[in-house]
Amino acid sequence: MIHALLVQGLQMALVLAIAPLVTGFVRVVKARLLRRRGPPLLQPYFDLARLARKEAVLAQNASWLFRAAPYLIFAATWVAAALVPTFATGLVFSWTADLIAITALLGSARFFLALAGMDVGTSFGGLGASREVMIASLAEPALIMIVFTLALVAGSTQLSTVAEHMLSAHVGLRVSLGLALIGLTMVAIAENARIPIDNPATHLELTMVHEAMVLEYSGRHLALIELAASLKLTLYLSLIACVFLPWGLAPAGAAPAVLALGMLAYGAKLALGGALLGLFETVIAKMRVFRVPDFLGAALMLGLLGTLLLFVSRSF
Amino acid sequence: MAVVVELWCVAALLALAVLAVPLSRAHAGSPIVYGGALVLSLIGLGNAVAALAAPAGTLALPLGLPGTGAHFRLDGLSAVFLAIVHLCGASASLYAIGYGRHADAPGRVLPFFPAFLAAMSLVLLADDAYSFLFAWESMSLASWALVIADHRAAENRRAAYVYLVMASFGTFLLMLAFGLLAGTAGIYDFVGLRAHPPAALVGGVVLGLALLGAGSKAGLVPLHAWLPLAHPAAPSHVSALMSAGMTKVAVYGFLRIVFDLMGPPQWWWGIPVLAAGAASAALGVLYALMQSDIKRALAYSTIENIGIVFVGLGLALAFTANALPAAGALALTAALFHALNHALFKSLLFFGAGAVLGATGVRDMERMGGLIHGMPVTAFAMLIACAAISALPPLNGFVSEWLIFQAILISPELPAWGLKLLVPAAGALLALAAALAAACFVRLYGISFLGRPRGPQAAAAREVDRWQLGAMLALAGLCVLAGVLPGLVIDAMAPAVAALTGARMPPQAGVAWLSIIPVAESRSSYNGLLVLVFVAGSAALVAAAIHRFASRAVRRAPAWDCGFPNAGLRTQYTASSFAQPIRRVFGATVFSAREQIHMPPPGDLSPARFRLRLVDPAWDGLYLPLARAVWALSGRMNALQYLSIRRYLALVFGALVLLLLVLALWG
Repeated sequence: MIHALLVQGLQMALVLAIAPLVTGFVRVVKARLLRRRGPPLLQPYFDLARLARKEAVLAQNASWLFRAAPYLIFAATWVAAALVPTFATGLVFSWTADLIAITALLGSARFFLALAGMDVGTSFGGLGASREVMIASLAEPALIMIVFTLALVAGSTQLSTVAEHMLSAHVGLRVSLGLALIGLTMVAIAENARIPIDNPATHLELTMVHEAMVLEYSGRHLALIELAASLKLTLYLSLIACVFLPWGLAPAGAAPAVLALGMLAYGAKLALGGALLGLFETVIAKMRVFRVPDFLGAALMLGLLGTLLLFVSRSF
Repeated sequence: MAVVVELWCVAALLALAVLAVPLSRAHAGSPIVYGGALVLSLIGLGNAVAALAAPAGTLALPLGLPGTGAHFRLDGLSAVFLAIVHLCGASASLYAIGYGRHADAPGRVLPFFPAFLAAMSLVLLADDAYSFLFAWESMSLASWALVIADHRAAENRRAAYVYLVMASFGTFLLMLAFGLLAGTAGIYDFVGLRAHPPAALVGGVVLGLALLGAGSKAGLVPLHAWLPLAHPAAPSHVSALMSAGMTKVAVYGFLRIVFDLMGPPQWWWGIPVLAAGAASAALGVLYALMQSDIKRALAYSTIENIGIVFVGLGLALAFTANALPAAGALALTAALFHALNHALFKSLLFFGAGAVLGATGVRDMERMGGLIHGMPVTAFAMLIACAAISALPPLNGFVSEWLIFQAILISPELPAWGLKLLVPAAGALLALAAALAAACFVRLYGISFLGRPRGPQAAAAREVDRWQLGAMLALAGLCVLAGVLPGLVIDAMAPAVAALTGARMPPQAGVAWLSIIPVAESRSSYNGLLVLVFVAGSAALVAAAIHRFASRAVRRAPAWDCGFPNAGLRTQYTASSFAQPIRRVFGATVFSAREQIHMPPPGDLSPARFRLRLVDPAWDGLYLPLARAVWALSGRMNALQYLSIRRYLALVFGALVLLLLVLALWG
């Protein structure tokens, strides 16, 4: 029990600690691919520390919801991220919430983010919130269908059980899992506001979505929202890694050496995922907002197709 | 005897309705009537909760048709729905003690409110077809009188007319359904009907009639057309009662006929129910996203939630018919749980809309905004309701949708191909509806409560009185409670579910940490309490850490708005512009949405114009052609009014021969 609690606590601290590093790593990869020097790897940590020290400037008519939302967004994202196995399965609290609940927790974070965007009553805030809910209205069902596919393959919606099942020998290559991987990657790109859906580096452009919602935030509130965004990126990378690249995951009650090995493997997977994301973002152009539904509609169809195949036969 | 207590409550409510006629002229009449309704609803609620696990009690009274008498019965299913209806009744009465004081003509509302409550209880207690239909029709008429309470507005008169037509249509179909069930033997009490389940073909017809008859009351697409007209037209506490309570009575009617009276289901019965439910869920919320009237948006969202309930019922039918009773119990529990949840948060939402209406005098969201400043407590309660109906953990709406998703994940075990292909599609529509519901309620809350006031009424809005706030906060508390302790609700519904499906979900009371485990621990589990504790704990932790070690300074300044702050209120997003991206994605196919922008040439000072045209597929595709056909047919039939006496006699003779022939062939 103590061991399990320790592993759980370690994972919660780990995702929180490395989330800015993942964001910084992707930025470095993108800069190097463009033959720029780019910011230092640890720049996101410096940014967070700087923002947290500053005073928070609130718009005159900002309400209590505006001030409470960053904490709620951060907490919901962190709890969701803590439930995804990173370097070890058998998390002690993994039965608290399954994959569907993790999806919904991320939905809670988005709900409050969109509301916070509308609180001050500026046109940018409304624009961001309006587009965000449009994207979410397709991304969320797509994610649910992908969860269905995974759950039907593994016979469980508990993420630890799914990861353990994927590690076992009798999964093999499956059409449905391939569809789920492509779909999940597309959803992850959309949910994390990456190119081609949204541009995390943009400002003062009519194409922005996420940045438009958080435009009125400053100081510690902005730091929390940025940290939550990094956590979400880490969550999605961990999710894809633990379901589709489960090798190296330490089983429940493993020895410290195995845990260390799991951590190494996790680091390698994150680096691989981050590098691929940076490469993908560099070679692709941002799409118009009204092309996004086509992109996400394809993800939804892939998820539905995967589920349908598994309804037809368990062996697909 | 629980059934006797419930019937005394009904009698007392009816007496209160009569008393309300003279009382409505008195100054303190309104609080007395609503206070009385509150007390009676609470007594009924306690009695129904106590009866959840008790054996069924019956009572026969020498009322109604001669020879048959009136039969009443209180079993697990009735108790579940009685608890829901009394909960709605109690909260609506509490709210109305404050809200009803501002009514212009209390005499048009006060007598019908207790009568409506009594009629709903009576439907749930009836144990023969005659009492059931009588109570059902009384419920329709009492609510019709409440819909037309404000009869001066032409749109309310139209709403009441459409409602009356649709309600009569529904009752007519249910009458046919009971007629078919009774058969030529003419058994009308439910004990007898249960003992003689219909043949396969007749059963299919009865299923269709029950789905159409009860579905039109519940608001299933495409029979929903009256609902978004009638529910908002009534005073807000009655809107809450209609949306949260009466639709549940309709769900009960469907359950009673299809799950209880018709014997073991056929394998395909789940298909039409599932299809109607999934279509209602997705279309209802899309309609809701297009509305700018706050109460109408809530009414459309009721259609969505009823769709979710019917998806659960369809799954339960499919599972039970295909020898998977445990899965059937899971799906039915999910449907009943969602019915309860919808009653809780939809009452709260209508109360909030009523509070806004009372404080500002407007129902149009385009003239609201910034209400969170003037009405902070209402805004807080509404925030919980909006989060709950958007199926966000750890609130109650999420638990029931999660249970339905778990039921869908069992359905590959169904043997029939039609179901295997339909269930994933229904699951996708359900997921889509859940995501769109979140969008809909971000819009509803963000436009009306957040931002800057869009009109002088919104800027001057002040908080409502204590009675209304008390009712809203109580319901918000129940939403949280049902979300973090779902095991209690599931266990409480287990006897009713076991009676209908022959199985029950595993008992949740003994599960460690108050988690819920729908099938098996390795398969899935959820713990709302821990999610709440974790989210609240980590939010508090990080807030404390930041305030202690970093900065707690706050400065107020003008809004940043990317460096171009524009004080003009017109630059805010409106309800219709917020929905524009979703309208583009879904509206073009569903509503044939057309946007026309007229931009004057440079130098021309005339304003640019934007026109939006939406086509309601149900009205334009179904109701208007139907109305035209009825009109044409009645024009033809008009000739029958001017026949000679010989022709009338021939007509009567021919009809008689035809009827006798049918009877001879069928009997």
